[in-house]
This record gives sequence, C-alpha cells and structure tokens, in this order.
Amino acid sequence: MITRREFLQASLATSMLWGASGIGNWSRLAAQQALSQDKLLEFDDFGNVTLIHITDIHAQMRPIWFREPEWNIGVGAAQGQPPHVVGKEFLQMFQIAPQSPEAYALTYEDFSALGREYGKMGGLDRVATVVAAIRAARPEALLLDGGDTWHGSMTSFLTKGQDMVNAMNLLGVEAMTSHWEWTYGADRVREIVENDLQFPFLGANIFDAEWDEPAFEPYQMFERGGVQVAVIGQAFPYMPIANPRWMFPEYSFGIREERMQEMVDEVRAKGADLVVCLSHNGFDVDRKMVSRVQGIDVILTGHTHDAVPEPVVIGETILIASGSNGKFVSRVDLDVRDGRMMGFRHKLIPIFADVITPDPEMAALIEAERAPFKAQLEEEIGTTESLLYRRGNFQGTWDDLICDAIRSERDAQIALSPGVRWGPSLLPGDAITREDIHNVTSMTYGQCYRTEMTGEVIKTILEDVADNIFNTDPYYQQGGDMVRVGGIGFTCDVAKPIGSRISEMVLTDTGATVDAASSYTVAGWASVNEGTEGPQIWDVIEAHVKKLGTVRVAPSDTVRVTGL
Amino acid sequence: MKLTRRDTLWLGLGGLATAALPGAGLAATVEELTAGFAGGATPGTGGITLTAPEIAENGNTVPIEVSAPGAVAIMLIAPGNPEPSVATFTFGPAAGSQRAATRIRLAKTQDVLALAKMADGSVVQAQSTVKVTIGGCGG
Repeated sequence: MITRREFLQASLATSMLWGASGIGNWSRLAAQQALSQDKLLEFDDFGNVTLIHITDIHAQMRPIWFREPEWNIGVGAAQGQPPHVVGKEFLQMFQIAPQSPEAYALTYEDFSALGREYGKMGGLDRVATVVAAIRAARPEALLLDGGDTWHGSMTSFLTKGQDMVNAMNLLGVEAMTSHWEWTYGADRVREIVENDLQFPFLGANIFDAEWDEPAFEPYQMFERGGVQVAVIGQAFPYMPIANPRWMFPEYSFGIREERMQEMVDEVRAKGADLVVCLSHNGFDVDRKMVSRVQGIDVILTGHTHDAVPEPVVIGETILIASGSNGKFVSRVDLDVRDGRMMGFRHKLIPIFADVITPDPEMAALIEAERAPFKAQLEEEIGTTESLLYRRGNFQGTWDDLICDAIRSERDAQIALSPGVRWGPSLLPGDAITREDIHNVTSMTYGQCYRTEMTGEVIKTILEDVADNIFNTDPYYQQGGDMVRVGGIGFTCDVAKPIGSRISEMVLTDTGATVDAASSYTVAGWASVNEGTEGPQIWDVIEAHVKKLGTVRVAPSDTVRVTGL
Repeated sequence: MKLTRRDTLWLGLGGLATAALPGAGLAATVEELTAGFAGGATPGTGGITLTAPEIAENGNTVPIEVSAPGAVAIMLIAPGNPEPSVATFTFGPAAGSQRAATRIRLAKTQDVLALAKMADGSVVQAQSTVKVTIGGCGG
C-alpha cells in the first residue's frame, strides 16, 4: 500500500516529467515558434488508465475568443492559491513566458494583440481531433464531460440543447454531470436523458424534492486497462438558488458531502480501484469537499471555468481544472495498481483552432446543426472598436455595453446584469453578429424587466451577491461573479462580512449618493422569479447596437475594490 | 393549572411539541430557551450531529436533521426567526434511535442551533449556518 510520502514522491517524479511533455514545454515551443498539432498532443503514455476531461463548453461549437479573468479574487484559505492567480503572477507561478501561446491561452494581458497572433481557440471539431488522437494512443481512454454543455449559444437555445446533445454523442462522451442543462426545464432534461443521450447523466446530489430520495444515477463503473474505475457525478449544488427553481421544482441539489462519502464507500465496496468525481461544484468547493470526503483519487472539477496547467494535489487527491468554452482538453494518465492510484501524468491541452486540424465528421455535424439558422446567426448587427469581454469578478466591457443598452432602451436609471462566467470575447474590429449577442446572453429566462427599487434594496442585492463570491467558507459560495451595474458606482471591500462589503454607492450620471429610502428605476435580466416580464435581453442589445453602428466601450471605473 | 411555556415543551412524549405562542412579542429569547432546556448545565460539544444545507434552496422549508445517540430530548432553535423556538423532540426508553428530521422555516441567514439532553442531565449542542439568499447570478 502506498503511503502518503511515497505518493508525494510519485507526484514529484511526474511533475518532473511535465517538463518534457506538459505545460513546461509550451515555453520552449514558443521559443522555437513551432506550434504544431503534434507538439500540442505530444505525451509520453503513462500507467494503465487515461481520463479525458472537457467541461463548461457552454454550447460553443465553433472556435471563439475567450479572455481569461483579470480579477479572480480568492478569500480565506484560497487566497493566492490557484485558480486565484491571474496575469503576471500566473505566468510566474507556472513558469510561462509572457507573450507566448500559453500566456495568450491562460491569461488576459495583451489579449487582443496575442489573439491576432495565435488565433481563436476551441471548436468541437478540433476537440474531436484531439480526443481521437488520445484514443489512438490509449483506446480505452475514458471521456468525461463536466456539464454546462447544452446551454450558451443561439443554436442551443433554438434547439433546446439538441445540437449539443448530438455533438456530444458523436464525440463519444461516456458520462456527464449538469448545471445549466436544467434551465431547459425538468421535462426537457428527462426527455434527453431517456431518449437521446447515449451515456449516463450522473448526479449523486440530485434528489427528489418532496421525499428527499436520490433521483438520478449517482455513479457509473467502467472497466479500463484491467482496472475498475468508478465515476461519481456531482451536479451544481446551488441549482434552485442560482437558477430559477420553478423550472425544475421536483428536484433538490446541495453539496451533500455525507452522500458523496457514502457513494465513495459504496463503489470501493463494489471493487473500484480508482474513484473519479466528475464535479460541477466549482474549484473552491471541490477543494473543501475533498479535504472532508475520504477516498476520491481524482476530481475533475468544473463550473468556475478555471484553466489550471498543473493538477492541484490535496492530500492524496488530484484536482484537474480544464477551463471552459472548448479552449482546453485535459488528458490525465494514471498508474493504478493494487486498488490504488500510484502516480499520474497530466497535460492541459490548449485547442489552438488554427493549429489543430478539424475532424471532418464533427465539422459536418456542426455545419448541419447551424444550417437551418445560418442567416439569422450570421447577420451583422454592428461592429466593435473595443475588446468586448465578460469573465472576471467585476465589470467587463461586454456587460458595460449590455448595461448601456438596458438603460438606454428601457429608460432606467440603474441597470443590473448577472455575473455569469460564460460568454466569449470579441476583438477590436470584429463584427457583432446576432450569434455573438446570444453567446453572452442566451438563456431561457432572458426577459429584461423594469421595476423600481429603493437604495436599500439595491444595496441588499449587491451585498447578497458579493457574499456568494467572497464568503470565506467555499460551501457558502455559489460560484458566479459579481453582478454588473450601469448607472451606479460602489466600493466593495472583499475582506468584510456580508452587510458591510458595499459602500459609497453613487449615481454615476450626477455623482449623487444613492439614498437608502429613495426609489430608483432599475432594469436588468435573468431574474429567477417566475412570471418576469419584458423583452428578451438579446433584442434589447440588438436594438442598441443597431443604433450605435460602431461600439466603443472603455473599461469602466465605477466599481472600486478594496480589502485585497 | 397554569401551563408555562416550558411545561408545554415537555408535554411531548416521543412526539413533536411545537411552540405555539400567540405572538412574536412573547417569544422566548435564545438564552431563555437554552437555559430552560439545559437546566443549569453548561452545554458541551460532540455526541450531536446537526445536518442542514449550507444555503437554503427555499427558506420556507429547510430540511434539518439532528441525531444525538443516548439523548432523552433534543431542542431545535432558529435564533434569527421572530419566534426562535422551533421544536423539542423527546425520546422514551423504547426509542430505537435518538434522531429527528423535519423541515423548518427560516426568516433569514442564521446559525441554527440544536441542543441534546442526555440521560445523566448533561447537555451538548451543535450549530450550523444556513444561508437564506435572494439567489440568482449563478454561472
């Protein structure tokens, strides 16, 4: 039996190997200007089990720009730990050369210039090529999808996720878990799971809300390389809180770590040599869960969209974070013997769309799925002269534009836009197509409401959302970013407790202080309340962009962050 | 006979005795409730497990489970509610286990408190923060 010390030595050995085959190699490739498909896929086979992890694709079938966060603040024990490291510090931590392809893929600085040099990333046809190449080397490799797959694009919205279901079946996914999938409603989820999906839809933490009994398959056992592999699914725990509960009223979620421990014990008793948790908890929640649940070898983590070039080792568990939007595929080779994981080798494979040859069969499927909507999708609504991006804890230029559109089209003093983590970027000079607008707004509850709120209510909302990000206990974090605002500015002290983080709220038009007792007109979108009325947010933005023609958005400075 | 609030709580025999006071103005404080239940004993820790969600999916019906092997009574308190007293469960000698599960309403984010009284009169307690949030913005 391997001891903890031996395990760490094994880790060290493999981390030395990364220098030859993993992230460390990227810098050398950049120096040689030799970015090629073969180099990206280069991997010395290791051990007897291979896992392939994709997650949070958000229905992005085609290559995209996606600027990684400039703000990813960690609080409490997570402060300064991956994934809460950005920019130059990230490059230093992982020894990545500035301006290199991996700096472009993993960080935000000089994004527009580097994007032009290295091209878009992702594309399911490129992902299919990478998966096929790994399977050629390791025919029994296990392909697992962490969820947030069926939602996020105009075609997925119009087909209620069917385009992505078809693509994932073709890709040969072998198990998935879920989050935004549920926003198509429980009936649609069951319809897909029962009729269309060619692999299990796992969720150990999905329970019947009335009787509090398990409602979906918790795990699946696979025999690979002579090894019994158990994959336990963990759906997004805060489903009925973060998204509209009325869309799936018959289900309850939650972290349910006792249940996770029970499932680990159960699969071990059934003879599992390797226990993999396919999770949509988010990185910090997984980091905490794995410190309290014994016996998980690998957590394939999702939800928070972090791309971390090396596994994070917690006790005897490795955490793998594979980014979002199809930008990355993780390959994890494991040495499993005597019922234990003895060592690992890992590579976060960046999907450089101009370098990796598209798989023809997947490319044909993507074209076929787009064909009925092509004219609608590709109609140009305007052009942007500025970099449009969303991802980050606070404000982004895409949401600044969205908030401007809301205030202007809905005649409101204050605009609110949800801090979701999905939504690709656009580079200066890019056309803004209808599809681009949907990529940052697509949802089944996109009505743009208009209402009146007192200053006190607005502060309560900001405090509540801030606590979902900056509560020092990860189990109390929901994993979204801060709500984005238009028409008001504020200071957020991330180190304070709930109720005292937000101060200095002002109306940006006049500089007047937001008064707790006064009433203001507020418009926003993505309300979780049933019966919300208003035009769809994408129509609001389209009308605004049409009027502007050319969009120019300077990064806003209305939110001040302290307590770092 | 004048039935005091404390007597009412003790009337339950293996069942659930809910506190049904006429108005919030008369609600007993957490200190009064714990002092009354503990009967002078200083609550210790361990031997009691309180299971509650970290974030309530619906603040109007929050599943709570409490287990305290060997207990003769378990009291649940929601200090942030207008009426902090939630329930007291009592267990007779024939009880197969000393465990209770119910759903409670929580007015706001708070530390739910559970106290268990053992046969020897000693008292243990556990607490768990349950967040009641407006939700949204998960992505």
